[in-house]
Amino acid sequence: MRNPRTFLLALLVAAHWAAAAPAWAQEAAPAAEDPVLEKRMMKIAEVLRCLVCQNQTIADSRADLALDLRQQVREQLKAGRSEQQIIDYMVARYGDFVLYNPPVKSTTWLLWFGPFALLGVGLGVLYIKLRNRGRRTDASLTEAERARAESLLAGDERRDEA
Amino acid sequence: MKRFLLPLAVFLVLVVFLAIGLRLNPHEVPSPLIGKPAPAFRVPTLAEPGKTIGRDDLVGKVWLLNVWASWCVSCREEHPLLMDLSKRGLVPIYGLNYKDAREDAQRWLREMGDPYVASAYDREGRVGIDYGVYGVPETFVIDQAGVIRYKHIGPVTPAALESKILPLIRELDAKS
Repeated sequence: MRNPRTFLLALLVAAHWAAAAPAWAQEAAPAAEDPVLEKRMMKIAEVLRCLVCQNQTIADSRADLALDLRQQVREQLKAGRSEQQIIDYMVARYGDFVLYNPPVKSTTWLLWFGPFALLGVGLGVLYIKLRNRGRRTDASLTEAERARAESLLAGDERRDEA
Repeated sequence: MKRFLLPLAVFLVLVVFLAIGLRLNPHEVPSPLIGKPAPAFRVPTLAEPGKTIGRDDLVGKVWLLNVWASWCVSCREEHPLLMDLSKRGLVPIYGLNYKDAREDAQRWLREMGDPYVASAYDREGRVGIDYGVYGVPETFVIDQAGVIRYKHIGPVTPAALESKILPLIRELDAKS
């Protein structure tokens, strides 16, 4: 601990543990209650986006809203609702954005098929380019060009710009 | 020169798309509830635990539902505007006190002023989930038939109030 940086790091680690511990305790409780239900809940939570921290699923997120929504899923599973019914329930409230896998419909066609369309365009351009290049090598020389090429090959002519 | 034109065009298109993308706010997720009946609820009022308030009490008039909490910093920002709006008497504002402690919320209103006709007390955030609330504050415009007509995410700004919310309320009022 002579090094102040080491000390700071240790302090940070300690603070992190202190802050994280109660959160674990809070989350562990329902899991212990019914591991099967918890597993089913997490499976659904993994396909739902947390709207607060948008790049996390509600299974990953520790945001208040994610905890509430997980509780909702738990309760609805207990009440015997199906996975699809619960997902529909979330979509009705938060929109398609809540789904990590956006549904295929007219507004998302660009999203789903855009990359393939771009790939197609790229392949098309490549094909045309390659075909044109093939043609160009076939192109025959004029008489004057042929004569010049021959003399160049024979080493008679020096390049005048040099 | 000519061979640079295509890459330049592609680059410009990219710039336009990125510029639009940067100006969008990813935290403003359009609500699927616009144009749908406001979800029913019945919860105690913030002022009196023994009294309840629900959506059905408010059918027949245009009203604002403002989701707020004493722990919400942005709510402080929009609060003077709500106070002013309630004084103008253009539209009744109802509060949805979201995931708050009752004493904290009541103190907040005592200290800062109460722009609400009444506040519903949503301790567990369940009404919030039904309304697709994912941040506080949020404000809903609900019409005479109890249909959600507009949702404002984040603190109501004077610009949003004057350009969107008030014209909509005038339009809805004119219909009745």
